Amino acid sequence: MGSAGRALLGWPVLRQVLERDARGLGATARSARTESLAPRTRDSDEVVRSVCPYCAVGCGQLVHVRDGRITDIEGDPDSPVSQGCLCPKGAATYQLVTGSYRVHNVLYRRPHGTEWEVIPLERAMDMVAERVMRTRAETWEELNDDGKPLRRTLGFAHLGGATLDNEENYLIKKLFTALGAIQIENQARI
Amino acid sequence: MAECHPVGFRWVMEAKRRGATIIHVDPRFTRTSAVADLHVPIRAGSDIAFLGGIVNYIITNERYFDEYVRNYTNAGAIITDDYADTEDLDGLFSGWDAEKGQYDPDTWMYKDVPVAPAAGQREMFTGEPRSERGANIRAEHFDHTLQDPHCVFQILKRHYQRYTPEMVADVCGISKELFLEVAETLCRNSGRERTSAFCYAVGWTQHSVGVQYIRTAAIVQLLLGNIGRPGGGILALRGHASIQGSTDIPTLYNILPGYLPMPKASFDTTLREYIEYNGSASGWWAEFPKYIVSLLKAYFGDAATADNDYGYGWLPRLTGDHSHMVTVADMVDGMVKGYFVMGENPVVGSMHGSLHRAGLRKLDWLVVRDFAPNETAEFWRSGAEIDRGEVRPEDIATEVFFFPCAAHTEKDGSFTNTQRMLQWHHAAIPPPGDCRSELHFMYHLGRRIKAMVADGNDPKDDPIRALTWDYPTQGEHEEPDAEAVLKEINGYRVSDGSPVSGYTELTDDGSTACGCWIYSGCYADGVNQPARRKPGREQSWVAPEWGWAWPANRRLLYNRASADPEGKPWSERKAYVWWNEEQQRWEGHDVPDFIADRPPSYRPPEDARGKDTLSGIDPFIMQADGKGWLFAPNGLLDGPLPTHYEPMESVIRNPLYGQQCNPARIEWRRRDNPYHRAFDDPRFPYVITTYRLTEHHTAGGMTRWLSWLAELQPEMFCEVSPALAREKGLTNGGWATITTARAEIECRVLVSPRVADITIKGRTYHQIGLPYHWAARGLVTGDAANELVAFVADPNVSIQESKALTGNIEPGRRSRGRRAVTGEPLGGPQPDEVPRDLEPARRAPGHHGIVISRSQAGEQT
Repeated sequence: MGSAGRALLGWPVLRQVLERDARGLGATARSARTESLAPRTRDSDEVVRSVCPYCAVGCGQLVHVRDGRITDIEGDPDSPVSQGCLCPKGAATYQLVTGSYRVHNVLYRRPHGTEWEVIPLERAMDMVAERVMRTRAETWEELNDDGKPLRRTLGFAHLGGATLDNEENYLIKKLFTALGAIQIENQARI
Repeated sequence: MAECHPVGFRWVMEAKRRGATIIHVDPRFTRTSAVADLHVPIRAGSDIAFLGGIVNYIITNERYFDEYVRNYTNAGAIITDDYADTEDLDGLFSGWDAEKGQYDPDTWMYKDVPVAPAAGQREMFTGEPRSERGANIRAEHFDHTLQDPHCVFQILKRHYQRYTPEMVADVCGISKELFLEVAETLCRNSGRERTSAFCYAVGWTQHSVGVQYIRTAAIVQLLLGNIGRPGGGILALRGHASIQGSTDIPTLYNILPGYLPMPKASFDTTLREYIEYNGSASGWWAEFPKYIVSLLKAYFGDAATADNDYGYGWLPRLTGDHSHMVTVADMVDGMVKGYFVMGENPVVGSMHGSLHRAGLRKLDWLVVRDFAPNETAEFWRSGAEIDRGEVRPEDIATEVFFFPCAAHTEKDGSFTNTQRMLQWHHAAIPPPGDCRSELHFMYHLGRRIKAMVADGNDPKDDPIRALTWDYPTQGEHEEPDAEAVLKEINGYRVSDGSPVSGYTELTDDGSTACGCWIYSGCYADGVNQPARRKPGREQSWVAPEWGWAWPANRRLLYNRASADPEGKPWSERKAYVWWNEEQQRWEGHDVPDFIADRPPSYRPPEDARGKDTLSGIDPFIMQADGKGWLFAPNGLLDGPLPTHYEPMESVIRNPLYGQQCNPARIEWRRRDNPYHRAFDDPRFPYVITTYRLTEHHTAGGMTRWLSWLAELQPEMFCEVSPALAREKGLTNGGWATITTARAEIECRVLVSPRVADITIKGRTYHQIGLPYHWAARGLVTGDAANELVAFVADPNVSIQESKALTGNIEPGRRSRGRRAVTGEPLGGPQPDEVPRDLEPARRAPGHHGIVISRSQAGEQT
């Protein structure tokens, strides 16, 4: 069949008649362009298994990566918890992790300051370590009034969110306990 | 549940498809109510009356699961002769100590059981917090006929006899017929062949009597035989990806990993004393020494030896309540210098935002880690007092560090979901710019601090020098290996570093190290068990090979109770685990939650110790007596049985007792935390309750900045009934200002019948519903509902009361130049107070409950 014949047979009205799809809502709605479309997840370099970071149901997520960037996040059909589903928040995870709202620099507000300043990460870490140890030294409590050991500081406190990993919480509790800090709290009490 | 845990709710819908009845109890009509068989719109803050009514219905009509109750609960245990109930004392239990402002629980004890060995009680009397777990006690006397007037069952029956259907109607504001339909439906769907489940969230916990809400549900479920069985239970629907994990491996002040108590200064001086006071002679907690010694070995490595108590002396000691609200109040009083806030936004998510900001202004330094600077990071230039010009940024001396965090897709790690299941998420890409994981932040902060003290000899730095902190790192960011941390959490043999396969392999002689005993087994055989992902369709309906659940990969706790005393399933339909007589072992669809080879016929000999004290019919192995506690002889600060008290701020006098509020509640009586009148405050005539919406997440840090979600829920609003709208002239879509003595906020008005009006004894009370997701930053902004909420807390767990309070509403926007907390109380002059406490429970204001911190002593007004 020549190209003219193919064009004629491809004519939508004729296809609708031949394929008894008068309203054009069936297979005749497909076009050559339809055939060329594919989900952007098809060419992912890697699909990484993950878990939704919002509520505690723990829906499975598939993180699609291409050229070193996240291209999409979808529900994981293998999960016996969620069977591929995500709710509105879970479905917005792609925007959560790739959004332009995210700040990529360490910000510093000096005492009495009216603006943020960008400072290097390493310097900021040094500054925090220095302040922790200074506060700890200034507020150390060795014994209580009865002479019992306290070995602690009430000079600094911590409040953690409940989207932190178990391994992160483990290091938080471990380091702060070794430092003698006890006001270590979490969203779990709120 | 359909709103806040939509994908979890799919399983409720699946149950409905198979014939289950869905009952939704909530002041607000939601998407859950829309598909429920029954919606029960009770007054916010009246749940104990409602559930207590069900207890009464079950007992009065003899609908309890007799064989389950007799064998698996403490129904037959005899309590002391001196016990007096709220029935006798108009809402108080025996033992109220007016001098200390707290209960002395001796009279709640099992008869003839000495009270001294139980750690919890000593703690109550020193103002030091109790242990998190059940105490070390077993009943001495039982009446298996349940007829003795001093047995738990008869006490329970008397305690709830006044919770009649008529009383429920008068407290909760629902019809007697609706209540009876719920009670009957629940009873009909429980027993050998059927089970019923309760699901709850913070609508139950955020009350001044929150722990007792859940206790009441536990009583209902134990009476109906719905615990430890498939399709039963009380399911805490937790609101954050790893909030369960944050409790198991806590960043909580009162516990160490695996629910081991933090040492208390007065008693736990040495390791021997700590074990003596906190361990248990019977039940599973007899294994306690193995868990604490293994934790100390994980923390302090080779420096932890038998000679130095494994470094126990290096642990800091508690002297009272050091919880979140206590810390913030101390901050306001200038006692806290530095504050780390990681993935949290307390000025929006916690109560009384302006008091939080007042605390932050007193700090020397603040570190916030998040995706973008939230309202907590920006407190120095964002907040009502800044807008009003009362506070200027130039006058705030606090130094603030904002560190950008890595997303879960940029780091390896595990979340523990609401069913205690750990699931691993893998890093897909490295974090951008200076964004880093909290693992990175803590590891490198610790590395720096260790370097600072490495060459010193100050004894207070010894634990820092001893701390094991040698996690391998990878990549250009030197990201610590999260699996190496998981391996330490799992536990390993000190001799060769090989992982243990579970907590039964842990020892108390220093030969094993384990960072969290309940998680032991998560890295068994050197395999990352939480990363297991065998598709659900390729395994049994329990799906044991997807992720890993603590303890020991058990998916259903206390599942021994799914079989009858002889070890046979209660019914074929509800079979879960059972005793295999031939193999002499427990087996079933799940890992049996019992000693694997202990036959149902086993009865402990007189001289039994430790785990051997658990008989073959003791399913609740973490309790010293192996029984489900209908009556809690120890461990609670506000009574052995749940009792209906009105919220701190209510619209009605307590219809059940002279005692208005929980006598043991924690109050903060200070000028910057004013309370309303106990009830009938003419300034604040409406009930306020707060809640979440599907499209946002808690304080909004992970949603208000996203256009997809911001567009779906763009603006703060209140929900009011058409009748309230008429009464106050509120128009749908218009503005309203909502006021408490703490703050005023403005929002749009949604007039709908979804928030029920409550009619009690012919008088109508209106309720105002408030989502709490908005604040000053992000793509969509609005006033924060939690600004309205006072500091007042449950005595057992120090959780705030934000689900039932009072307030006022007026049409129009809020004033701009007005002072709130810093000046006169909002709403006009304080009316005459009406007592919250009976005369015997009354003492100086602020002394109800435990004295909560040093600073409070001087701050009471």
